[in-house]
Amino acid sequence: MRIGLVCPYAWDTPGGVAVHIDDLRRALLRLGHEAIVLAPADDEDALPDYVTSAGKPISVSSNGSVAKITFGPGPAARTRRWLKESDLDILHVHEPMSPSLSILSIWAAEGPIVATWHSSVASSRRDINAAAPIMRSATEKVRARIAVSEAARQSLVEYSGGDAVLIPNGVDCSLYVGDEPLPGRSRGGSTLMFLGRIDEPRKGLPVLLDALPAVAAAVPDVHLLVAGPGEVEPVRAGLPPAIAGCVEFLGLVSQEDKARALHSADLYVAPNTGGESFGIILLEAMAAGAPVVASDLDAFERVLDGGRAGAHFRNEDPADLARVLIALLRDPQRRAELQLAGRARAAQFDWARVARQVVAVYESVTPGDEKVVADLSTQFWGRWPVRRVPSPVRGSGDAG
Amino acid sequence: MQVDLGLALAVLLLLAFVVWRLSALAARIDRLHIRIDLARGALDAQLLRRARAAEALAASGLIDPASAIVLARAASNARHVGSADTVEHGLVESEMSRDLREVFADPEAVEALRELPEGQELVDDLAAACQQVTLARRFLNDGVAAARLLRGGRLVRWFRLAGYAPMPQTFEMDDEAPPTLLSYV
Repeated sequence: MRIGLVCPYAWDTPGGVAVHIDDLRRALLRLGHEAIVLAPADDEDALPDYVTSAGKPISVSSNGSVAKITFGPGPAARTRRWLKESDLDILHVHEPMSPSLSILSIWAAEGPIVATWHSSVASSRRDINAAAPIMRSATEKVRARIAVSEAARQSLVEYSGGDAVLIPNGVDCSLYVGDEPLPGRSRGGSTLMFLGRIDEPRKGLPVLLDALPAVAAAVPDVHLLVAGPGEVEPVRAGLPPAIAGCVEFLGLVSQEDKARALHSADLYVAPNTGGESFGIILLEAMAAGAPVVASDLDAFERVLDGGRAGAHFRNEDPADLARVLIALLRDPQRRAELQLAGRARAAQFDWARVARQVVAVYESVTPGDEKVVADLSTQFWGRWPVRRVPSPVRGSGDAG
Repeated sequence: MQVDLGLALAVLLLLAFVVWRLSALAARIDRLHIRIDLARGALDAQLLRRARAAEALAASGLIDPASAIVLARAASNARHVGSADTVEHGLVESEMSRDLREVFADPEAVEALRELPEGQELVDDLAAACQQVTLARRFLNDGVAAARLLRGGRLVRWFRLAGYAPMPQTFEMDDEAPPTLLSYV
């Protein structure tokens, strides 16, 4: 099949959705399909050849954080051209409920359209009611809806009625096999790891740093690796002297270094305080063999299979986090059990398996040989000549 | 005269707007009906595929005779029920789902069946068909819900924008796949 993936956020500032789309694209290629991407981009020359730019993005705030999206007549024309030139069997749009390129592409297209809902949008009832009629004409064209998490599914049901198929985010387990650690930091000591924006409070680094003195008192050789973007100096300056020596900032790490750091970690800590609808990093840590200690957010409890594949602590409670960390650092037996359970759990979310489920959705909305075409009815004059409509096609020849 | 011309123009513009709005609504309804027809065709095809897969397993000689008879009977019922009466059709397919869950209740037996020559292909095909039935039915009912919502609107009813197309109905059945099979899709 030939699949067109639409990313509403800037391709060159990777966020969760863009990464998801790129991973899905690669997994689809491995299954023998073709996949191309339409996305906004700041620097069009730097794009890989499978990505088509829909124009320069603008920054908007949504769901508490800043996202770069694009909208307007320029992108609309580019979207129509891309649709016309690409000859797609499936148009797979991501995060369709924000006013973005995604909804533009749904308006511009007609045929087998699939959409994936990623975030749980915490909007007020009034916002939802105001946007609903406009969005509805678009969602009606979506033949199959996917939600990546239970939270995303619930928000979709509330937003636009109907239902969705739950297909979780994938993790590429092959990137995390092996056990090569960071130089000189092999596993087997008392190394903790945190990954995420260090100046974004919802990622929870402050909770972990508050818990660390108690951990250091009980386990003197504890060492914390902090990976992720953000200003280091203010955080370093705020560290109590007792733990200043055992925190190491790695900055923004490459994919390879991320895997190495996870292989160095005896425990991966996810102290996020909210705003998470899934927790892909937990799966990456588990795939790399690092047992996970996470806050008890609903999303994390689901990823950790209700505590069977990792350990939880009470959200925003440094004392409880310290208690759980000390217990696990002193119990190699339990860590080995969690490592085994975590690897098995991560395998269930391997992209190869997840992409097969997505392809099953594609197949269920393409019973005939219908293609994605430009929707003429969105143009004022397009409705007057009698519209060419595809006749319902039965599946294989002997299906009826 | 001047005033009348202005008024006439305003009325004309208003009329054009109303016609445009109505035709947009009619186009949306039309599109939803096409989507529902396609989805219904897809569901029928998947139900048929599931029945065939069950039949193939029943005829393979790989499973015990009692299970084979249960499967063959369920598949035969499903293949011969007319899809005109959706309630009857749904009941027969639900029964088939229950029979499948019964026959494939034991994960170890399913694993053993997959070890046999040809067993893997037969089991995986049935598993895929079961998964596709669940998907196809959800997408059909999703379309039906959207169409019913749109057709319930005042403008659509007053101007009979849906024409004489019957109100679309959801397809109700127990489509839960045997949990033992789901790990193979």
